Amino acid sequence: MQNPQGFGVSEETLLKMQLTLEFGGGLELLCDSKKIHNVNVEQQNGEDKLTMKDLLSWVRTNLIKERPEMFMKGDTVRPGVLVLVNDCDWELSGQLNTLLEEKDVVVFISTLHGG
Amino acid sequence: MSSASEILRQLNSLKDAKTEIDNKISLLEAQLKDINLQNAAAASNGSSSYPANGLTPDMIHRYSRHLVLPSFGVQGQANLLKSSILVVGAGGLGAPALLYFAASGVGRLGIVDHDVVELNNMHRQIIHREAYVGKPKVKSAAAACRSINSTIQVVEHEEALRTSNALEILSKYDIIVDATDNAPTRYMISDCCVVLGKPLVSGAALGLEGQLTVYNYNSGPCYRCLFPTPPPRTACQSCADGGVLGVVPGIIGCLQALEAIKIAASVGEPLSGRMLLLDALSGRIRIVKIRGRSTQCEACGENATFTQQHFCEFDYEKFTQTPLCVPPLKLNLLPSESRISSKEYSETILKKEPHVLVDVRPAHHFNIVSLPKSMNIPLSTLEASLPEISSALKKEEERGVVSGSSAQLYVVCRRGNDSQRAVQLLHKKGFTSAKDIVGGLESWTHNVDPEFPTY
Repeated sequence: MQNPQGFGVSEETLLKMQLTLEFGGGLELLCDSKKIHNVNVEQQNGEDKLTMKDLLSWVRTNLIKERPEMFMKGDTVRPGVLVLVNDCDWELSGQLNTLLEEKDVVVFISTLHGG
Repeated sequence: MSSASEILRQLNSLKDAKTEIDNKISLLEAQLKDINLQNAAAASNGSSSYPANGLTPDMIHRYSRHLVLPSFGVQGQANLLKSSILVVGAGGLGAPALLYFAASGVGRLGIVDHDVVELNNMHRQIIHREAYVGKPKVKSAAAACRSINSTIQVVEHEEALRTSNALEILSKYDIIVDATDNAPTRYMISDCCVVLGKPLVSGAALGLEGQLTVYNYNSGPCYRCLFPTPPPRTACQSCADGGVLGVVPGIIGCLQALEAIKIAASVGEPLSGRMLLLDALSGRIRIVKIRGRSTQCEACGENATFTQQHFCEFDYEKFTQTPLCVPPLKLNLLPSESRISSKEYSETILKKEPHVLVDVRPAHHFNIVSLPKSMNIPLSTLEASLPEISSALKKEEERGVVSGSSAQLYVVCRRGNDSQRAVQLLHKKGFTSAKDIVGGLESWTHNVDPEFPTY
């Protein structure tokens, strides 16, 4: 949220963005078997924007409890994980550079092979 | 009173007789069908005074509820009757899809599978009957389809799909349905559909979740556009290991039937460029927008040079690090002196040798069935439970009659992989004499007690 007056936001105050994160296709097992996480993510360095890249590193630090290699590879998600921002493939919104907004819903889903 | 062996003998001879009669029935039915088809063809060749888009009176009656559907109608049904659909996999997804394809009058219906029906398939693979346990799934599924609709052509491909036969099999059909259960086959089917230009209706299910989309349709994305790099093998669970609620693949299989029927009949909007995600536990279905065809895709992108020749030579097992026919993983982490066969273990029980048996399966597996006097310490909590093992060993030594002989520590799991990992950990933590039971509980059933349930 912008503060039009630039008023009341000191440098120490961390801006927080409210997001809903969902994990599926087995990825929920990496974060306490909980599928839906309503989170407040601090924006880095007082910047007023949050990218998917920032969010991934936040998720890795704060939500992933085990086997992080099953979630990430390098600075992005591992092969076989679909990322959806507001029900839309992140390929269509700029992948790691996707800019997130307040109340966005981000889904991480591992592709299934069973049948 | 007859003995069990006498009853078995009679049962077997009756079953043989039944098979023979069944074969005769199939043969006669096929002959009758040919005659009927010839008559129908003759009838539609002008002798009928009622034009009905090539539908016979029987067809009009059978498919009447499709015909009166304004958005489907005679044209939709006629398209369907002329279409051909191949279902790869007669398992949890393929079972309901095949039933609906047969019932709805898909003109030619192909089934590919190399497996046999097992009792632990029956909860979800609803096309198979108990009488077919141990028999090929293709035979079972084809018989079920024919018994629903004797007027369609059902083609049996009783073989595993491979790069050597896929082009030939898939090229004979208009629409391909991926109802398989592993990553290499999924890449192989998608690539084959790309080089042949066939739409692919792809479904997957595991646990309580399902996924569905249509690939390679009307310049939409293919499987590789979405997943250019295969996932690590450890990320691909099977229904045998992860479990699956029977109705979940049932729902996805039905949706695959719906999408394939829409394409075959040329009605509606196929689920291309979109993906349906089913979360059965929370009762939610979401349909998300996925990327379009990738210009960089190695199979279907702008500069892709993926030809039939490339397809035939492509090593899908190497690409995905996964064998096409998924044999259970067999690790060999321990030296033979740290291992004991199930037979040897059964002898230590008979000799009443003091020992502790630790079962390292997850608790919900242990609750299904376990060996007597085994203690359940799941592998994930093993490190934290070492004192528990120490005290169990001490108790056993005190109880042991033979003085001086220390109690042995044995570890078991379902198939003998996790038990080796556990023994490695135990060795590191000072339990240097710990041994694992080779082949786990499955080996117990096969080599010691056939009555011990497998799952």
